[in-house]
Amino acid sequence: MNVSYRWLSDYIDLSGITPQKLAEMMTRGGIEIDSVPSRNSGINNVVVGYVKSREKHPDADKLGVCIVDAGTGEDLQIVCGAPNVAAGQKVPVAKVGAKLPGDVNIKRAKLRGVESQGMICSARELGMNDKLLPKDQQEGIMVLPGDTEIGTDILEVLALEDSILELDLTPNRSDCLSMLGVAYEVAALTGRPLTLPDPSKDLHASADKTEDHVKVSIGNPEVCSLYTARYIKGVKIGPAPQWMQNRLIAAGIRPINNIVDITNYVMLEYGQPLHAFDAAKVSGGRIEVRLAREGEVLVTLDDQERKLQPHMIVIADGDDKPIGLAGVMGGANSEVTPETTDIILESAKFDGGAVRRTSRQLGLRSEASARFEKGVDQGRVREALNRAAVLMVRHAGGQLTEGVAEAETADVEPVKVELSLSRVNGMLGTDLSSLEIKTILSRLQFDAVANGEGSWTVTVPTRRGDISRDVDLVEEVARLHGYDEIPTTRIEGPATTGALTKSQAIRRELRSILTNGGLQEAISYSVTSLEQAHLFKELTDGALPIALAMPMSEERSVLRTALLPSLLESAAYNLNRKNNAPALFEIGSVYHSDEEVLTRLPQEKPRAALLVAGNRRSASWNRAGEAVDFYDAKGLLETVFDRLGLAGLIAYEPAQPSGFHPGRTAAITLKTERGTETIGYVGQLHPDLQKQFDLPDTYVAEIELSAVYDHADRRIKYRALPRYPAMERDIAVVVDRAVSGGALTEAIRSVGGELLESVEVFDVYTGDRIGSDKKSVALALVYRHAERTLTDEEVSAVHARILEKLEQSFHAELRK
Amino acid sequence: MRDRLEALRREALEQLQGVADASRLNDLRVQYLGKKGQLTEILRGMGALSAEERPIIGQVGNEVRAAIEAVIAEKQESFDRAETARRLQAETIDVTLPGKAVQVGAVHPLNKVAQEIEDIFLGMGYTIAEGPEVETDFFNFEALNLPKDHPARDMQDSFYITDEILLRTHTSPVQIRTMKAMNGQTPVKVICPGKVYRRDDDDATHSFMFHQIEGLVIAPNLRMSDLKGTLLQFVQEMYGSQMQIRLRPSFFPFTEPSAEVDVTCVQCGGQGCRMCKHTGWIEILGCGMVHPKVLEHGGYDPNEVTGFAFGMGVERIALLKYDIDDIRHFYGNDVKFLGQFAKM
Repeated sequence: MNVSYRWLSDYIDLSGITPQKLAEMMTRGGIEIDSVPSRNSGINNVVVGYVKSREKHPDADKLGVCIVDAGTGEDLQIVCGAPNVAAGQKVPVAKVGAKLPGDVNIKRAKLRGVESQGMICSARELGMNDKLLPKDQQEGIMVLPGDTEIGTDILEVLALEDSILELDLTPNRSDCLSMLGVAYEVAALTGRPLTLPDPSKDLHASADKTEDHVKVSIGNPEVCSLYTARYIKGVKIGPAPQWMQNRLIAAGIRPINNIVDITNYVMLEYGQPLHAFDAAKVSGGRIEVRLAREGEVLVTLDDQERKLQPHMIVIADGDDKPIGLAGVMGGANSEVTPETTDIILESAKFDGGAVRRTSRQLGLRSEASARFEKGVDQGRVREALNRAAVLMVRHAGGQLTEGVAEAETADVEPVKVELSLSRVNGMLGTDLSSLEIKTILSRLQFDAVANGEGSWTVTVPTRRGDISRDVDLVEEVARLHGYDEIPTTRIEGPATTGALTKSQAIRRELRSILTNGGLQEAISYSVTSLEQAHLFKELTDGALPIALAMPMSEERSVLRTALLPSLLESAAYNLNRKNNAPALFEIGSVYHSDEEVLTRLPQEKPRAALLVAGNRRSASWNRAGEAVDFYDAKGLLETVFDRLGLAGLIAYEPAQPSGFHPGRTAAITLKTERGTETIGYVGQLHPDLQKQFDLPDTYVAEIELSAVYDHADRRIKYRALPRYPAMERDIAVVVDRAVSGGALTEAIRSVGGELLESVEVFDVYTGDRIGSDKKSVALALVYRHAERTLTDEEVSAVHARILEKLEQSFHAELRK
Repeated sequence: MRDRLEALRREALEQLQGVADASRLNDLRVQYLGKKGQLTEILRGMGALSAEERPIIGQVGNEVRAAIEAVIAEKQESFDRAETARRLQAETIDVTLPGKAVQVGAVHPLNKVAQEIEDIFLGMGYTIAEGPEVETDFFNFEALNLPKDHPARDMQDSFYITDEILLRTHTSPVQIRTMKAMNGQTPVKVICPGKVYRRDDDDATHSFMFHQIEGLVIAPNLRMSDLKGTLLQFVQEMYGSQMQIRLRPSFFPFTEPSAEVDVTCVQCGGQGCRMCKHTGWIEILGCGMVHPKVLEHGGYDPNEVTGFAFGMGVERIALLKYDIDDIRHFYGNDVKFLGQFAKM
């Protein structure tokens, strides 16, 4: 809502309050003002001139030489290039020495040899938005009404000595979508009295009865609670008076003709949208408000054919044909044209939700629909109707018939709210007195009747539809008293302890481990493309990607089913920017459902994923770069599981999930009381995907965190330091290449029993010396007993059993 | 024999005097003191001496040996010192060359800021509540006093999946879930961080996905002045004790009264600058007293308890804190961007 400071001054005395000061007061009071532009964008010394004659320029076809009376006492000769300038017009004339917006100074000049003593101006040259001017004024110079007085300052004629308050309204304050609503607000803020229009005293009707011309009815009471109409005979369509046009332009509305302008003017003034029908085109003089029927169509005022749907409200005439889309836009078939003589003027309250759905569906948002959507004040429907009727009689030469045609299906009563002093102070922490509260309520012009000490019944006017409970009044009191006046206190009551939950603490720990491991934390969008949602089948548990009903783009049309696709994208993005060794991780949710169409919320699974590519460490002057491999990714996970106390429960098994290199991938399993479950994968990215994303060799992992959260053991228990010496035995065995190191160590542990403290692979050799399908695995075994020194015999016995086991299970040969 | 010994001493000391390197020193040691050296040679003649003379000559022999050894040792030590000095000199490296860096990553700036905010509230006795990002219309809107067709739904055009299920548009549904879980108990004291989604065209200041942190306190006799006190404490712990806050009336369907909260501009300290559009204040929070209908939906009697709630955008706070020019950097995952937030 754009509010003209000058217009507002019609209703309330603003002396001593500059537009900027007013904007500050309103903003601090809860009506935010974005900016306060001046309507005069730099005009000085431009006056109304009368074009006495226009002759062709002797040396230029497109120029004219005008003789202009600008009230200066002597005629001015002005060269003008506008095609629409003609003798007999009143026009804005920038005299020599004038200033125009954009720091233009008007000087005496010669144009193609002819002297020009000033300039005839277009609206744009005056700094006006010409989109807001009537169509015939948008090209060429601005032509003013014939009765404009010669020599008058153009700032006065166009009411440009004004400022606009640009209101950024919250949805609850739709009462301020009207000049009167803003005036009430300013009155409450300043405590100054209001002067409001009273159309009732200007209603001079003829003996002709309205009911003989128009009858109204409401077919669907749920969509219209009040419909009123007046009949105005014998209007003459023409321009609205200049002052009214000026105000419409100031508010950002383009003047059209007197009838349409008056409906818009009253809409701005009262917040009540109005509509004027050409009465001659309303069959039978009958108007019915009803829901549209399947298959009905209506050509709206913008010449678009609209297919109507049963939830849309239409105005239908005596032939039952739609002539308007209620609250949204009129029909072309009942439009007011220059030939129109009789008007049916509509003022009504339509259901906000229905108007909202209609305007959304048709993509038709208008000043009217915006107001209906937020709910107009039923208490002012009739007054707005009368105000517009009075203005039409005054400015369109019409005659009013006697009475109002109306149908009302629901009455509106002002809301009564109980308010107590203790509630106000208890809720705000203030120490206001009864008198202070009473004063604030009276500034708001809310009627408050005391029910004993510190307690009132407050009658809220219908214009404030946002107030229905005591807390709403508490806010009114608080904002008018001033939020700054509310003290600052500490919460009373028992102390509470803040702490992270286990999963929250683990998430932070994961961040710490992985960043210390050299990875950057990424955050990616939770929505992705259908294609990406299908990339890693095993990571998505066969879930169907969940699609947004109305995505903004294909790339962001479904919820992610895994974290890795976006990490691959981020890696590719980094490589394109010469960040050649992306090392990233992300912790976040993926969204799984087995339903085609969701009927319940999907599973949101907390996950962690990581990616490494390129060099582990960048090359430096004293060391070469080293490419990352599978064991970097795995090592990070091992550290994670170790730190979370899961090391003993985790195992890695060769696996071939889609999207991964089939020979370089492990399923990560977790042993739980329910058995062994796969919680994720670690491996090399499949060469196909690597190519698709244009990546170097890339190693990735993704794990499910819920199981990790459940089983992580954060307790630390001290183990006594060894008091007896260990015995170390290294062995090297030759086995088939297919035999995994994990299988060897597991077998060794199973035989080693309590004497075997640890076993570790310290070398793996493949090569000519042992045969191409073989490998040699070197293992370091450490034996120790907690309570005594082991004897050579004891160790040798166990060691021999181990070697025997390896031979039996893997045909392992001890390498000498 | 005594004379021969004395002569040997003189000759040896004279010879040793001029020795300049370790190998010549060794040669002389062998020549005079070795098993086949001159001293041994002379003393071999002791057998021919009388019993009285023998200990005397023996004594002299020892003295000569000791004198020669002392000089040799002294020489040796000085040669060793020189040798060490030479070696250390040769081992000199260029200490100005860079060291072997340990590569460390950074927590994402949004999580870094969120953790900072969480820690402040943990210290104030809050716990952290979380809820689903895919929500029902009921929790996201209806229970928060935003019935269908409520004009305020305009403010946050949403991503629906079905008519009843959508991506949450704010973290506020966690308020309702928390209240229901608390089953009417007080006090409730939580903050709710998380991702939220709104249909917004992405530009330098808008992102369709962003992060919020919301707070909710419910207790008997909770006041708006407590809300002001809480926010002031938070802002001062976050930005410093010189910071002030300013509340402006505003509107949220789920709070009444409602307010926007400005803080002293972090850039200019309230003097007025480009960042605060020369007002000295920056808007960072929305807040208010929990609307009675919301309390009812959460299972509380608005006549028995009151509540306050507040919410802030993590991106906005991070943009201001680090003076970042474009919100899209947060989701680009450029390691040159992410790496900048590794400092403690």
